Amino acid sequence: MKKQGFTFEKLKIASFDFTCCEGCQLQLTNKESTLTDFFELLDIRTFREISSEKYDDYDIALIEGSISRQDEVERLTTIRSQAKTLIAFGTCACFGGVNSLKNKFPLKEVVAEVYPDMPVETLLVRKVSDVVKVDLSIHGCPVNKEEVERILVNLVTGSQVSLPKYPVCVECKELLNTCLFELGEICLGPITRAGCNAVCTTGKTPCLGCRGPSEEINMPAFLELIKERKLSQNDFQEKITFYNAFEAFTSYEA
Amino acid sequence: MKRDYTLDIHHLTRVEGHANINITVKDGELIDARWAIVETPRFFEVMVKGMSAERVPFLTSRICGICSISHSLASIRALERAMKIDPPDAAEKIRCLAMHGETLQSHTLHLFFLIMPDFANTPSILPLIHSYPDVVRAGLQLKELGNEISLVTTGRCTHPVSLVVGGLSKAPEKQLLLKLRTMIRERKPALDTACAFFRSLTIPLFIRETEFISLFNGSSYPSIGGRLISTDGVDRDEDDYLSMTNEYTRDFSTSKFTKLSRASSVAGALARFNNNYDRLHPKAKEVAASFGLQPVSHNPFMNNIAQLVECVHILEDAEALINSLLNMELREIKTSYKLQQGSATGAVEAPRGILYHHMETDSEGKVVHADCVIPTTQNNANIYYDLQAITEQACYAGKSDREIEKLCEMVVRSYDPCISCSVH
Repeated sequence: MKKQGFTFEKLKIASFDFTCCEGCQLQLTNKESTLTDFFELLDIRTFREISSEKYDDYDIALIEGSISRQDEVERLTTIRSQAKTLIAFGTCACFGGVNSLKNKFPLKEVVAEVYPDMPVETLLVRKVSDVVKVDLSIHGCPVNKEEVERILVNLVTGSQVSLPKYPVCVECKELLNTCLFELGEICLGPITRAGCNAVCTTGKTPCLGCRGPSEEINMPAFLELIKERKLSQNDFQEKITFYNAFEAFTSYEA
Repeated sequence: MKRDYTLDIHHLTRVEGHANINITVKDGELIDARWAIVETPRFFEVMVKGMSAERVPFLTSRICGICSISHSLASIRALERAMKIDPPDAAEKIRCLAMHGETLQSHTLHLFFLIMPDFANTPSILPLIHSYPDVVRAGLQLKELGNEISLVTTGRCTHPVSLVVGGLSKAPEKQLLLKLRTMIRERKPALDTACAFFRSLTIPLFIRETEFISLFNGSSYPSIGGRLISTDGVDRDEDDYLSMTNEYTRDFSTSKFTKLSRASSVAGALARFNNNYDRLHPKAKEVAASFGLQPVSHNPFMNNIAQLVECVHILEDAEALINSLLNMELREIKTSYKLQQGSATGAVEAPRGILYHHMETDSEGKVVHADCVIPTTQNNANIYYDLQAITEQACYAGKSDREIEKLCEMVVRSYDPCISCSVH
């Protein structure tokens, strides 16, 4: 098909959800002013949330959610064998997300608390790359539709997909926001990958790191900052473990 | 005719989350018609344990990607009531406006993306972009408006940023509220287009008497907090939510079931409409009348129309709320508070119906116990019994297999089930 002087093949895409809130898939129906153009780029083969059509011949699979049941492992493995490009779509898929908070508790206790009279299967929460190979990750809780649009346009045109390497702090400073550290808050903006346009800190709530670590993360300096300002160690732990996106750094103590 | 009929729908499409429909009719007798939710549980009630009250709404909003504002506000209300915190008036008004944004977004997603294809006999909205361009454009304009209201009031349209215990972390700029008011006014014609389109459809007639539950405050159409009432005459305090829900498990469903005065009951737009008709904006009442919708309606398919009627109410009420906010100082937006031990319920009218969060805090304001009862959970039993009744009626009327399948799918969709949410 031809658009704006470009000839391109529509992306044969499918969208699937696992252990999640479906909020990332919902973003695909948002940004309504460009929605019909966005759909023009796509040949949607499966997208259960909005379509009754179901075809297995897709090239790109968007995977939303973390993995926490055996049937999900099997479904994901089948999708992997079909898809040429498998995209971990959103923080739950990329890092396990808030669902990982469950892993702090013994599974037996978890089930007994919610289903005291019924056996319910649940596994330790895993991110998608713990189960199958992931080709590309789109971060965010939820994903940022503008970024999703940009990445899918890159895929349609065969251009290189690039994600910001710098931290949220850079975006936040560009917006001239008052630094939350100055207001006595621990904010993960200095160590978290940008691309969200500092949406949380602009709303005066601290960054909880849903997009995971930025590329050149200076953890010792960040911890020193928390220590210097005598900020709470418990608060730091609660924030850095919130999305399980800093798995490699969670043993650090400020 | 003594017919045999089986229906086995694995992962029903155009609903939020994973559920199956299994129906067996043998020799003309209904053996079973089952609404089986197979969604993976996430265990939010366990995850919040030990978390600071301040952080909890940011976690519980992640229960649902469609009604995250409702979940955030249900937790906030529960925690504020538990720790005796009174949020400022301006914050309460902005929260109501945020709820309007979310409901408008959710209802239009349902009306245009999830059910319109059933009436147009297409698998999705995609072919309708070309066959009904004006209607789809109107739907998208309204959905965008819903998202814009949420964005201006909470900082983001999904998973709100500035809704916090005590009030708001940041107030919307008046300039943005003015722009929002203009957008609301400009998009009212889109709602007329939507109403005209839905009036042109034949809404299936199916009636099974049931009990409708919603919030009630006596002065306005319900949104955040109030008394818990039902069309069977039940009237209870907000903290008495357990006796309104009576949750129980069924072994084929990871989502629980509830009941009150009968075997099943209903929450959602039609329940709000049936219990609070007098508090609707006159324009919304006019639209209801144009569809022949009046309280108490027992036809689940009219829930779709009740959603449309609520969209009319929302546009009018959102404009009024903005007018009053523009006359207020938006400086006092957060009450400072002392962390303390307590327990309370926060009930809100989420798009799909009454939503309860119950929170118990310790003296440091950490959550020690939480319970969430979701609107879809409160509709499961009614969906279950409706499926049985509609199958029996359709078989008796000699409908074809394909017709029965479609009716079953449509009756489930009319409840706008939010399945992931219900298996939180």
